[in-house]
Amino acid sequence: MQCQCGREATIHEVTITNGVRVERHLCEQCAQQQGLAAPTAAPINELLAKFVGAKVQGKIGPKPPTTGQCPQCGLTFAAFKSTELLGCPTCYEAFERPLAPLLERTHEGGTHHVGKVPRRALESSRLRGPEALERLLGGMAERQERLSALRKQLQAAVQAEQYERAAQLRDELRRVSALAPEIDDNPPEQGECSPIQPPERPD
Amino acid sequence: MQDPAGMPGPNSPIDYHAPTPWLLGAGEASDVVMSSRARLARNLAGFNFVNAASREDRRHALAVCRQRIMDAHLAPRTAWIDLHETNHTVRTLLVERHLISRQHAKGRINRAEGGVDEPRAVAVSTPDEALSIMVNEEDHLRIQLLGSGLCLADLLRRIDEVDDRLEAGLDYAFSPRFGYLTACPTNVGTGIRFGVMLHLPALKITGDIEKVKRAAGGMSLAVRGFYGEGSEASADLFQLSNQTTLGKSEPTILRELTEQVLPAVIGYERTARRKLAEHRGDVLADKVHRAIGLLTHARLLSTEESMEHLSMLRLGIVSGLLPGLDQGPVNHLLLMVQPGHLQMLTGRVLSQGERRVERAKLVRDRLAGVLG
Repeated sequence: MQCQCGREATIHEVTITNGVRVERHLCEQCAQQQGLAAPTAAPINELLAKFVGAKVQGKIGPKPPTTGQCPQCGLTFAAFKSTELLGCPTCYEAFERPLAPLLERTHEGGTHHVGKVPRRALESSRLRGPEALERLLGGMAERQERLSALRKQLQAAVQAEQYERAAQLRDELRRVSALAPEIDDNPPEQGECSPIQPPERPD
Repeated sequence: MQDPAGMPGPNSPIDYHAPTPWLLGAGEASDVVMSSRARLARNLAGFNFVNAASREDRRHALAVCRQRIMDAHLAPRTAWIDLHETNHTVRTLLVERHLISRQHAKGRINRAEGGVDEPRAVAVSTPDEALSIMVNEEDHLRIQLLGSGLCLADLLRRIDEVDDRLEAGLDYAFSPRFGYLTACPTNVGTGIRFGVMLHLPALKITGDIEKVKRAAGGMSLAVRGFYGEGSEASADLFQLSNQTTLGKSEPTILRELTEQVLPAVIGYERTARRKLAEHRGDVLADKVHRAIGLLTHARLLSTEESMEHLSMLRLGIVSGLLPGLDQGPVNHLLLMVQPGHLQMLTGRVLSQGERRVERAKLVRDRLAGVLG
């Protein structure tokens, strides 16, 4: 079976809405573009060679700041490419743009942290007020990005009928959105969690 | 603490003669799962990562971490070992007991400057050796918990507590977007790595081990050997661990491994063992008894060869071919045949040729007690 682009379709999606069955058959590239498939993870050295090498040669995307340096430790992106190690916490901000696609591929499409937050830092930030809390959890835009990344994954899981994964993502959304009700407009008790509720798993 | 040959003495904080907890052969699914491991990568805010730090900065970070680890009362007793003040023998023993990485033993951070005298350390809970914290490895803190059998959920709960206790007195490098910041971006986010060491001899015999490796690769899981990254799988022991740390919470990473992947792999190995016993029982029994014959009569044994045959002996025990025998002493032998432990037991530095002689003698003596 062929994808709409002519390549062989490897991802097959069936959705039933109001009793109407819709089938889609896509190749991996088109599926990724349409948010149906997570990019496959690859070893970091391969990714570095592919992304950094291609970008330096001007084949894809904007040129990364290969001449730029981390203002804190002085590391260049070229040096990171050779050692695969960053020099300090500030490197993550200094090289955020060239690192983003690399992280996304390495972590199967993961772009934002949704796990544990340092407990003592969270408690003391709560006591110090909204500004301190935002420094730890990010500003409104950052928090919304994190939630929308999770919602996107949830939507894809529901469409692919991956109910266990969808339920996990729903829990993830609840937990992340409950982190800072003080600074969020939509605390969980008011219904924030996700506009999409995964259906119960069929028997 | 150490004798002139560099062997740990009677006052050593770690009893290198004792079995390690991850080799007890106890716990859930211990017929297939030898041990479970959880580790967290953490860095101090306001410091360069270890690979970009000056020696003075590394000393400073080490002192900060030491103070906190010793104040946090993480275990009834915690041994602190300054690795830059130890000798090669002690570092080898710690690697063989899975308390430090090979990289930490060498004291080099990838291609960065360094060496055996680089300021770095490990803290170990004693006598159980379940908790170890490497300081100034690739990250300032690498917190590790080990347990026997399949016990990842318990390890997550306990390592979370250890992490909280440490963080109560330390400022971690953390970003709202990327989570816990680590020197290598492959660990960023949760900084957590779960791992299990699986004994898969039947899948090796049936040739289906390659299928498992391919399937694991497709699920972004790493398959490594007995001694971690870059090591070959010895004694049919494979380490399976998660690869992704960003975009999923710790419980989700755990669930993917324990609810989706591990039951399948454990099931494959058990099925392969059952089929071997049912359809090729004579072949299986022959392999197990040949291994016993070799282990109890050989006069020269390399590490690799002894582990290969100990693996078959273990398979015989967990398959019920050798009733009344416990896998614990056999697991313990897997550790004692390693070069560092062998030299520690004999009390002197041995050449490779001497090690083969002493290893064969050790295995004969120990198995005489086990097999009766």
